[in-house]
This record gives sequence, structure tokens and C-alpha cells, in this order.
Amino acid sequence: MEIGLVELSRLQFAMTAMYHFLFVPLTLGLSILVAIMETVYVMTNRPIWRQMTKFWGMLFGINFALGVATGITMEFQFGMNWSYYSHYVGDIFGAPLAIEGLMAFFLEATFVGLFFFGWDKLSKVQHMVVAWLVAIGSNFSALWILIANGWMQNPVGAAFNPETMRMEMTSFFDVVFNEVAQAKFVHTVSAGYVTASVFVLGVSALYLLQERHKDLARRSIAVASAFGLASALSVVVLGDESGYSASHTQKMKLAAIEAMWETHEAPAPFTAIGFPDKEARETHYAVEIPWVMGLIGTRSLTQEIPGINDLVDEAEDRIRDGLIAYDALMTIRAERDATSPELRATFEAHSENLGFALLLKRYVDDPREATEAQIKQAANDTVPGVGPLFWAFRIMVALGFSFIAVMLYFFYRASFRRMQFPRWSLYAAVAIIPTPWIAAELGWFVAEFGRQPWTVDGVLPTALSVSHLSVADLLISLAGFVIFYTVLFVIEMSLMVKYIRKGPFQDVAETEAWQERHIHRLRTHDGQGPFANPAE
Amino acid sequence: MILFEMIDFDTLRVIWWALLGILLIGFALTDGFDMGVGALLPFVAKTDVERRVVINTVGPVWEGNQVWFILGGGAIFAAWPPLYAVSFSGFYLAMFVVLAALIVRPVAFKYRSKRDGAAWRARWDWALFAGGAVPALLFGVAVGNVLLGVPFHLTPDLMPMYDGNFAVKFLGLLRPFALLAGVVSLSMLLMHGAAWLNLKTEGLVAARARRFGVIAGMVAAGGYVLAGLWLALGVDGFSFVNEVTPNGPSNPLYSEVTHGGSWLSAYAERPWIAVAPLMGFLGIGLTLRGLVSGREVTTLLWSKLGITGIIASVGLTMFPFILPSTVDPNSSLTVWDASSSHQTLFIMLVVTAIFMPLILMYTAWVYRVLWGKVTEDDVTGNSDTVY
Repeated sequence: MEIGLVELSRLQFAMTAMYHFLFVPLTLGLSILVAIMETVYVMTNRPIWRQMTKFWGMLFGINFALGVATGITMEFQFGMNWSYYSHYVGDIFGAPLAIEGLMAFFLEATFVGLFFFGWDKLSKVQHMVVAWLVAIGSNFSALWILIANGWMQNPVGAAFNPETMRMEMTSFFDVVFNEVAQAKFVHTVSAGYVTASVFVLGVSALYLLQERHKDLARRSIAVASAFGLASALSVVVLGDESGYSASHTQKMKLAAIEAMWETHEAPAPFTAIGFPDKEARETHYAVEIPWVMGLIGTRSLTQEIPGINDLVDEAEDRIRDGLIAYDALMTIRAERDATSPELRATFEAHSENLGFALLLKRYVDDPREATEAQIKQAANDTVPGVGPLFWAFRIMVALGFSFIAVMLYFFYRASFRRMQFPRWSLYAAVAIIPTPWIAAELGWFVAEFGRQPWTVDGVLPTALSVSHLSVADLLISLAGFVIFYTVLFVIEMSLMVKYIRKGPFQDVAETEAWQERHIHRLRTHDGQGPFANPAE
Repeated sequence: MILFEMIDFDTLRVIWWALLGILLIGFALTDGFDMGVGALLPFVAKTDVERRVVINTVGPVWEGNQVWFILGGGAIFAAWPPLYAVSFSGFYLAMFVVLAALIVRPVAFKYRSKRDGAAWRARWDWALFAGGAVPALLFGVAVGNVLLGVPFHLTPDLMPMYDGNFAVKFLGLLRPFALLAGVVSLSMLLMHGAAWLNLKTEGLVAARARRFGVIAGMVAAGGYVLAGLWLALGVDGFSFVNEVTPNGPSNPLYSEVTHGGSWLSAYAERPWIAVAPLMGFLGIGLTLRGLVSGREVTTLLWSKLGITGIIASVGLTMFPFILPSTVDPNSSLTVWDASSSHQTLFIMLVVTAIFMPLILMYTAWVYRVLWGKVTEDDVTGNSDTVY
């Protein structure tokens, strides 16, 4: 197995996925904020809300284009770079991706055009419905993608089929209602809502500092801080839910995030700060808070959370057990129709550890010929990079809590202090614009880097999942992506800045004039007066 | 769950083979005209206003249209995982080029008119041209390669391996027959784009589009005839050696396949499939007549018929093969041994049966709302909202 190829494939996937996720959270959140603003417009009929809808909608559009474009890369890369993965788990993993297209992406993409081009062709209510359909479509999209990703973290509802040499679905219901997927979905979309709220808050604060578009800015802050507060709370609560589900589905990831080397008697303490040392398997200068880890992880005071050292021993046992399954599989494959039921039974009994035997493929072609040292090495490989996970997680959590504080403050000022904001708070709001993106990227880093060395936890090792391409293939595509994505990023940022600087393009008087024309147009359109709309 | 056994495994496989064809045809009929319009842009529109008119004919719909392609990819992944694994990685660099074109296109649509400079707009016009022409050409090249067979084999673990180094892998795709298939694909989508512009624009732009459309349609028809002759005389087909079990496990290595004989023998075995190429010719012929006489709605419909016939003819000719291998014919992927499991196919069919009609309904509604020609006044009068 060529290690260079695996590493380059991982690098490319990580890069394109994280790049894609620069645009996704804003799309998720801004689509809803825009739909809320348009709903207020339809209910109150006040032109300022239409102006807000159009202004934030424009920024949404600039961001959306890159989200769509870079999303295509994601769908294709499984086949392009991870062909053995695609074969091995496509029977399960492909379904949510296809359903995402059918149920969500079609909806979102079909109506987003109408959102921008339909202002003159639709009644107010119709246009509002279109805005909501775009928002619902993007959020459903996230649901199915996270069901797919959740299955990689916690592969339920599937079993290995020796005849087809792959995992096959045994329960669609289990795949969809995977607890990891559900917790991840709400956590991720909430993070998107926080991102959009911080973005709207920051840009509006900038306008207030510049003393322009003040009406629009104040109202935008009111909407964003209320929405952002609810979302920020939800992110933290559902993040906790993810931690709880990891404690029984991905024990190693949890132990690595906490740098918990030894199993601690319940309830385990939470290491707030420290310097994990993977070589020595200990955490230097650890500052521990008693009981907290046990409470988060198990929601009890009596259940133990296993430490890394015990989990490595467990992995070694599972490798040995997996070798029995692997041996049975090879015989089943050689004999095909003549396989005895006993052999089948042996395979079934040990097949849940087959993936652990495959960890040895990194060192030997036939895992059955692995030496003791290689088995120990493979067991050690199941420990992900503790240091980076430990720190990434802590920074993410700290940012998550700070968003609650920020949103609470602005919500309070907007609701009870007549939308008056001190200048220092406005400067702060501008300064923190990039932070939700940092938190979101770190979150994905923890989820995916923490899953290593697996692509599908306990089922398929990353090193085995790649396509057999040449290193040259990878270098060409990687260089292409870097250049291409950098150029697009620069263009995107410059357009964002241009349109933020320009501000809303219609003043209120102009919007009022448009409304007159629009009502007239709709009246003449069908000859029966405007479409049913109580506000008109 | 016993529910999925309501439909036999082999029936489900044929249904999903047909659905794959329908998705690819859906892609060609919708996003096909977007790509055709992009590729025609520099030729049918000269001034900035003309170009904006052309771009805005597809402006509100290309995003939804492109989902046909994305859904096609997703459906291949879900219903034909080995096909997804082998083709996407085997055509690696070609896929990368297509991807680059498909990334640049959305961005170009969205960003072109957001700045005024002539250089800025000219650059995006080229991006729109490439974003339309390159995938249109390469999709045809890929289909040509599938007919010729692709150099890959599967290990006993069913891991796909490809033969030849990277330069050969990319340039090796550009074989003469495959290039001819690329020309057919590009020219038929140009014709389709012209039929769309004929419907959605007026005056000089529409006149130019009709002229290019007629040329493209003739090239497409000629190329299609030539490709058919080539298939009859110079391309070997594939066939099973042993008896296959249509509801057996999805393991391509269980069947024995030979490379030889002709693809066109399918027309002797199943004469009814000749209906597809006939549809192709009829559709193109009537599109040409419609373009010359300036009919609008019907011309676009005939163009759709022609494209449907041509794409369907490839699938029907190859059935049950979907991706044959030249270096190890036994590794070839077919309808009977490269699908997802019985249960997955059933579940995906249920989901598709629920959502596809909904998609068709709301897409039709969107097209109805946007009905009518895009004029120069529409573009200059609404600079803030249109592209």
C-alpha cells in the first residue's frame, strides 16, 4: 500500500471539504434569516423589510454560488478518490446522498432562481413561499448529508455480504434514525444559524459605526440576535448530545478528545487544559475539574469511561477476532457454492470485527500472515492524533459559549435598550465575524480527524479506502484545486466586500414606488385584483 | 423486512437501469440547453446587452437543471456503486476537468454582471463558453469510451485497478471513435441550446441562434450516422459466455465475458430497439425544419425527442453491459452484477416514486412563471435583479 497516495487523497478531501464548509453554514442560516425578514415584510407591508430581504438575499446569492459549485466536488470525490470506499459501503452510503438530491437539493436549486428573478412575476405571498422553500431545501440537504456522515461515525443497520465483498443495508430505518446522525444534524444546522447571525450582526454593526443604513442595520441586529441566541444555545446543548452519543458509539474518539489515557473510576474528571503527549501517553500540566467528564459522557456518576490504553488493548483483541472472520471469508470466497453452514456461522460470529483485521492490510497483503509486532502496531494505529483533537475541541467549545454571551448581550440591547448599542460593542461585533467559521471548521476537524484511522468507524480503514491512482494524478488535481479555489475565494471575498460597501441598492422611496407598480401589475395580470393578501 | 421482495431483484435492476437512463436524459434535456447556450454565447451575442439577454434566458433555471446531473451522480452511487467507483476514479483527470468546468459555470453566471469592466465580463464569458462546451464534449467522449471498453480490472476483493500511467489514462481517452462521440454530444447540445434561444430571444440573437443550430443539427446527424457505421465495422462488442443469473449477487467476477462480435447484434436480437435511433433522426430532422421555419415551442420539443433517441440508443445497444473492460472482460460491469442490494434498490425506488413527480410538478410551475421571451428591456431595466 502506497502511503503517499493515501496521505495526498486525505489532504485533498480535507481541503475541499473544509473549503466547501466555508459557504455551507452561511447558506443554512442566511436562507432562514432572509425568509424570516420576507415574512415580516409580507405581514407588516413595510418597505424596509423588503429592502432587508433583498440586501441580505444578494449576499446570500454570492455565497450560495460557491457553496453549490464546491458541493459538486464533494459528491464526485468519493468515486474519484475513494473508489474502494465507494464499492465497499455504496450500498448504504449512496442512498442518503441520492435522497438529498431528490428531496432537498432539487427544491433548493429550482426555487433559488425564482427567488432572485421572480420579484416581478410573483405575488408577495408566493415570493415569500419561494424564500421558505429555498431555506427548507438547504436545511433538508444538511439532514441527508449528515445522515450519510453519521453512518460513517456509527455504522448501524448494515452487514457484510461475503458474496459481494461489501457492506449491505439491513435496515434503512436504523440508518436514518441513527442517534449520531440526528444529534449531528441539529448541532450542525444550529452552527450554521449562529454563523449567519454573527455575519448579519457584524455587517450591521459596521453600518451603525459608519452611520449609514441605520434603519436596516438596527432591525437586522434585532432579528439576528434573537435567532442567534436560540441557535447558540442549541449548538451547545446538541454538542453535548453528540458527546453523549460518542461515549457509547465512538469511545476512542471521545477518549482522544479528552486525552484520557487511563480508565478513571467513575465519575471521571474533565481536563480543562493540559498538554497531551502521545509518545509518553500522558497529559502534562493537566488542570482537571472533577466529575464533569463522567457527567457529560455517561450522564451518571457510576458508569466508567474507558481510557485510551484500555481501548488499544480492546482493539488488539478485536484484530485477533477479526482475523478469524477474515480467514473464514477467504475460504467462503474460494469455495463459493460449496461453503458449509458451519463456516458461514463462524464468519457471522466474528464478522463485526472484520474491519479490525483489515487494519493489517496496511502492513501485509494477507492479514493472516501478520506478525505479533504488526498486530500491536495496528492496534496502536487506532489512536487518533490526541494533541490536535484535544485543543481543537477546547477552542470550539470556548467559541461556542462565547457566542451565547454575544447574542445574549445584543438581544438584551435590542429588546430592552431601544436598539442603542455602545460603540465598543459594535467594534467587537465586526471583529468577531470570522470566529463562527473557525468554530465550524474545528468542529469538522474533531469529527473527521477523530474518526481516524477509519473512514467507516470499525468497518473500513482509511488506508484501504483510496482509489489506486498514481501520485502524479493526485498532485495534478491537488494543485488544480489549490489554484482554482484560491482564485475563486479572492473573487468571492472581493464581491462580498463590494456589495457590503455598496449597501442596500434601493432606498425606501424607491421601494414604495415599486410596490405601487407591482400591485398595479398584478391587478392587470389576471384582471381580478391582486392575489389574496390580507396585508394589502 | 420482507416488503422489498414484492419486486424481484432482476426487475428492480432493469428499473434502475432505465431510471439511470432517464436521469441522464433528463440532464441532457435540461442542463443540456444551458450548456449549449453557454457554448453558443460568444457566437450568437456580440454586444454586452445581447450577451446578458442570452445569459438571462437560462439565468433563473440553470441551477435547478444542474441538479439532474448531481442527482445522476447520486443515483449511480446509490444504485450502481461499482459503476460509480470504477468510472469516477478510472476517468480521474477527465472527471477533474469536467468538475473544473462545472465549478466555473455557476460562479460565472452569478458573478459576471456584478462588475462593469469589459475585461471582467469578457473573462466570465469565456468561462461560460468553456463551462458549456467542455463538459458537453467530454460526456460524449466518455460514452464513446464506454462503447469501446475501458482498461480496468477488479481484484478478488473487488478493488478497481486501472492499467496505464496517468498521461495515457487521460490522453488515452481521446481515441478517434470516442472523439467522434464527443462531437455528436457537443453538436446535439448546441442544437438544443439554439432551439432554446429560438424560443426565449428575439431579433438578431434568435436569428444567429437558428443559423448555428441548423449547422450543429446537421453535424450531429452526420456524426451519429458515422458513429453507427463505425460501430458496425470497427468496434468490437461484448457478450456473456456463460449463463447469467439476473437475480444473482452483485459480484462482476462471477460471470464470464468475451470481447468480440458486434454491439449491433443487439438489433438482431431485439429489433424493437431500432425505435431509439429512429427517434433520434426524426427528432433532429424536425428540429432542423423548425429552426429554418422559425417555429418555437415545437422545435424545442423535437430537439428533446432527438436527444432522447440518441442517448437511449446507446444504452439499449449495450444492454445488459454498462461498463465493459478491455483488459479483463470478466471484470465488466453489467446490469445483472453491478447493482446495489435488493433492499437498497427497492427503498430508493420508493423514494424516487414519491419525489420525482413532485420535482416534475414544481419544475413545470417554475417554467410557467418564467414563460415568455427575455428582451433587451428586461435586462437593462432590472440591472439589480438579473444577471
